[in-house]
Amino acid sequence: MSVFATLLRRDLALAFGGGRRGGAVLPVLFFLAVAMLFPFAVGPDPVPLSRAGGGIVWVAALLAAILPLDRLFAPDFEQGFLDQFALRGISEEAVAAVRLLSHWLSFGPPLMLATLPAAALLGLDGETVATLEWGLLAGTPGLAAIGLMIAALTLTLRAGAALAGLMLVPLAVPLLIFGAGALSTGGDAGIALTAAISLLLCALTPFAAGAAIRAAREG
Amino acid sequence: MEGAHLKVSDLACRRGDRVLFRGLSFDLAPGGALQVRGANGTGKSSLLRIVAGLLRPFAGKVEFAGSVSLLDGNLPLDEHLPLGKALAFWARIDGANEALDAPGLNVLSDVPVRYLSTGQRKRAAIVQSAPKPGGLWLLDEPLNGLDAAAAKWLVGRVSEHCAGGGLALIASHQPFGLGDLTPLDIVDYAP
Repeated sequence: MSVFATLLRRDLALAFGGGRRGGAVLPVLFFLAVAMLFPFAVGPDPVPLSRAGGGIVWVAALLAAILPLDRLFAPDFEQGFLDQFALRGISEEAVAAVRLLSHWLSFGPPLMLATLPAAALLGLDGETVATLEWGLLAGTPGLAAIGLMIAALTLTLRAGAALAGLMLVPLAVPLLIFGAGALSTGGDAGIALTAAISLLLCALTPFAAGAAIRAAREG
Repeated sequence: MEGAHLKVSDLACRRGDRVLFRGLSFDLAPGGALQVRGANGTGKSSLLRIVAGLLRPFAGKVEFAGSVSLLDGNLPLDEHLPLGKALAFWARIDGANEALDAPGLNVLSDVPVRYLSTGQRKRAAIVQSAPKPGGLWLLDEPLNGLDAAAAKWLVGRVSEHCAGGGLALIASHQPFGLGDLTPLDIVDYAP
């Protein structure tokens, strides 16, 4: 088995197997909790709920993306995994690319699945749910990429976890504008733009994260 | 096959705004072992990390063509996994057969890594960092946490590795009972 497959298998086992990264379950539950809180706060009137519902799901997804940040690189950095990969000639960029894939797999599809019960809680119609799912498919890789970049950049900071959450919010605003914007315009253009931002972020992230890991060793 | 030389020339290391050592040069031929000696905080670990390529030197360069293994204070094994499975991950990465050849470790194969004692963790880390034949083995305070028997086993492992044409660089403030060990006092290179 190739080195990359071995790395991916470990990453996925850690994410889904209830390993130390806390798993893929926690962000999904958090996502559902946010979607569940809104009807309580706004009231059970279905009209405002269904109008704001799509946006609420997007905000919930963005908040859920903050949860796994402190477990993406920090444990591997402290335990010396990243050093040992480097000694074996596996570049930091390759490690980051594999982790981007595993992070998205443990974050994007579960969130898209959880969108169905969330949509039921918010009383969204079928067309909105379809636009929402396409938007999340286009946007979650970008959210995962931003999260990974920030996790690598805040490796050596004491208050890294709290700061990482704050850093993710403004960087994710373009994804939110186009992704949630597609809901009101109903067009594919918003989703296409979301996908374009995601692609750009996914292409950039392995290099940014790799450089950040090397800089963290000097720190 | 000609083994690889380790050539360190005019190395300097800076951490923060403090220069730890400078003008450090040595040459290690295949089969050679060198002990870096010095008090805490004098730059032994930094020297090893520079040689490993993990830190950039402030000045000078390190030349070595071959595989490098590093044993430091970390245990790069997944804590929740049984020891055997955690080591098997690295065996798959290295494309090698896993071998729990440390004394007292083979009975611990099914025990999760987080339940291991200090000495057992150190022995597991030694197994994890086992070098390729002819490679360079960097050992940072390798005797920490080891009992007398395990320390003797480790010295045997290192001398076996060197006898097979490998190189070893040991950073330790305590004596390492290897017969043919070149000392290098890092204090001599303090600025």
